[in-house]
Amino acid sequence: MMLIPCPWCGLRDEIEFHYGGQAGVAYPQDPQAVSDQDWAEFLFFRDNPRGEFAERWLHAAGCRRWFGLRRDTVTNRVLDRDDTRTVAQ
Amino acid sequence: MADFTGESPLASRAGLLAGTSVPGALDIGEIPFLTQIALRVEPEGAAAARVGDALGSPLPGPGASAVAGDLLVLWMGPDEWLVVGEQGRAPDVEEALHKALDGDHGAVVDVSGQRTVVEIAGPRSEEFLNKGCSLDLHPSSFGPGRCAQTLLARTEVTLIRRHGSTPVFWVLVRSSFARHLADWSADAAAEYGGRAALA
Repeated sequence: MMLIPCPWCGLRDEIEFHYGGQAGVAYPQDPQAVSDQDWAEFLFFRDNPRGEFAERWLHAAGCRRWFGLRRDTVTNRVLDRDDTRTVAQ
Repeated sequence: MADFTGESPLASRAGLLAGTSVPGALDIGEIPFLTQIALRVEPEGAAAARVGDALGSPLPGPGASAVAGDLLVLWMGPDEWLVVGEQGRAPDVEEALHKALDGDHGAVVDVSGQRTVVEIAGPRSEEFLNKGCSLDLHPSSFGPGRCAQTLLARTEVTLIRRHGSTPVFWVLVRSSFARHLADWSADAAAEYGGRAALA
């Protein structure tokens, strides 16, 4: 069981969250213009590092806000978190 | 105003909850039909300040609730609050909030039917709740007026510690999950001497 720091609600159990995958995956500027290869990579290909990973989480059973944090995928230690309290989502 | 003719979500479990309660240790019961108004407004804006003035108390910050006259205001999200009041208050609270918004970006919605309130009181209530909830409910970390949305018995609930000399919690639970929570309560309270048994 991991304790995940929600920027609004503080430390909460992992079961209250949904995992949002890798952070910082930008939607293509012009989806019509990208090649099938690039589109497929945008849709399906994600980094899978051993170690530090920036990812998105949704506090689904709490304040229902998305936020980001960096986690060590080996130890599950939360390295730091993006404390930006985004109101609009 | 329309007359209330239905029965509350836990009407069928009233006897069970009464039997689950243990005098002097745990008291569980439904507080049905409370007025609940969902409010969304930009938290730093002028409209939020006007809403605070109209309610008589500033909108509470993260993890907190505020008592505003006979209303209770709960923090539900960065731009989201729930105003709870007595049965039948919905029309005038809604009107007052609409007036305070004054056309600014925001929303006021009567969601009284969405949740029902279960009151859990007594010296055993923290221990009882912690059987299905991982929050630290000790008064030093979850004191009077604190409000949290979390999981209780795997059900999404809003948990509030009310002001009082003995522990009193309000659990706001979605109507369709209320009977599950009542059944779980009967089971969880059995060790304190609750007489109720699930059929």
